[in-house]
Amino acid sequence: MWETIGIWLGAGLTLCIFSFLYKDNPFYKFAEHLYVGISAGYWAAMEWHNVFLPNLWKPLTEQGKLLLLVPFAFGILLFSRFTKKFSWLSRWSMALIIGIYAGIAIIGYGSGDLILQIRANLLPLWTGNWFTSFNNILLVVGVMGGLIYFFFSKEHKGALGAGAKIGTWFLMISFGASFGYTVMSRMSLLIGRVYFLMVTWLHILG
Amino acid sequence: MIKKILEKLESLDRRIIFIFVFLSIAITLLFPVNIEFSVTPPVKSFYDAIESLPPGSKVLVSCDYDPGSMPELYPMNVAAFYQLLRKNLKVITIQLWATGTPLVERAMSEVLKDFPDKKYGVDWVNLGFKEGREVVMVSMGTSIPKTFPTDTRQTKVEDLPIMQGVKTFDDIVMLVNISGGLPGTKEWVLQVQSRYRVKLGSGCTAVSAPEFYPYLQSGQLVGLLGGMKGAAEYEKLLKRPGTAERGMDAQSVSHVVVFLFILIGNIAFFSLKKAKKRLKV
Repeated sequence: MWETIGIWLGAGLTLCIFSFLYKDNPFYKFAEHLYVGISAGYWAAMEWHNVFLPNLWKPLTEQGKLLLLVPFAFGILLFSRFTKKFSWLSRWSMALIIGIYAGIAIIGYGSGDLILQIRANLLPLWTGNWFTSFNNILLVVGVMGGLIYFFFSKEHKGALGAGAKIGTWFLMISFGASFGYTVMSRMSLLIGRVYFLMVTWLHILG
Repeated sequence: MIKKILEKLESLDRRIIFIFVFLSIAITLLFPVNIEFSVTPPVKSFYDAIESLPPGSKVLVSCDYDPGSMPELYPMNVAAFYQLLRKNLKVITIQLWATGTPLVERAMSEVLKDFPDKKYGVDWVNLGFKEGREVVMVSMGTSIPKTFPTDTRQTKVEDLPIMQGVKTFDDIVMLVNISGGLPGTKEWVLQVQSRYRVKLGSGCTAVSAPEFYPYLQSGQLVGLLGGMKGAAEYEKLLKRPGTAERGMDAQSVSHVVVFLFILIGNIAFFSLKKAKKRLKV
């Protein structure tokens, strides 16, 4: 019974959201606010049960790990942003968070996005096979053109201008491909909703 | 007369386009046209990477998505679990998105109907959701049991047979990531694959796929399933039709409809531009 109620509720809310395609209306607003509210509540409950209780509260109160008072204090300081007088205290917590994430990210980006990607672009321009060689030349020319385009220390004239023009074409083609993928993604989501309405709700399809 | 038609087409109400797109999808789902599609190399590589793993070895599956990306990623998740269990691989699943846990349980219960002999804790385990994004990934590099001390059923990992001998990424043969956004494949590549050189296969939304092709080209990813098309190709390889394969007809027809509208719009735009130029002259 609860499953049936859930399906009817899902179908009703889906149609409320779709009603926005005609024009903004109270049904859409209701569904949107309901979604935002439930999401916020779900996340708050998940963070409480998955983060606060097992990582801070239980070790602090049941296992006596007093050192956890330090991150506890930093967490409380974040809420000082809501006061004008003490909002500067939250900068300490933000500095810690940003510092840790920057440190973790730099190592990852350095090896994963920089070194390994540069290595992957050091390709032989002639491999003995026409197709592979053409692919490698295309890749190297595209990468070089894209990098030249983003070099703004000199005016894009002459050879630099030609390189930047080639880079522009490669960038435009890649944006077009990305847009095509984005259209496919949005269509997939619509297909998922239509499938839910026609199969799960109305049982029109098997 | 033609000019009036072109002007109307140029300023066509978008709601008409919405109706056409909706009808193209609904009608194609009702009356499939069975458009053939082929399996692309990134998907074949993903499939082959799992097929090449020795039976009995442990695979970590990180399901980082929510109901918003279910149409694209849920079929991939189901298909990946199916292939892993069919190959008698041990599946250790985690989630870095809070909304992923119930979806993973649902996907696994669907797949287990084909494998009734597979036991929880022996053949597969769900270690659940952990907040922290990249910090969780880095922490797992030091110790997976310390990062996930219990599973979703509150059993300690040291009491689970599947987790015996699993300490770090060195003890798993492959990492499969079903990624709906951040944190997802990019973070797994940067934080884990680049450091620990774990074999990493990714299933992602079509929006993210272009971003991950450089990782596929460089060998940082062993395979890539991009969007519903990737999921459909993967289902075709596994000979297990699912919702993705079923949705591909609607996908193709809706794309043709969008293409036709773009074409009509461009014809109308350039024709009117030419007509206005002639009038000025």
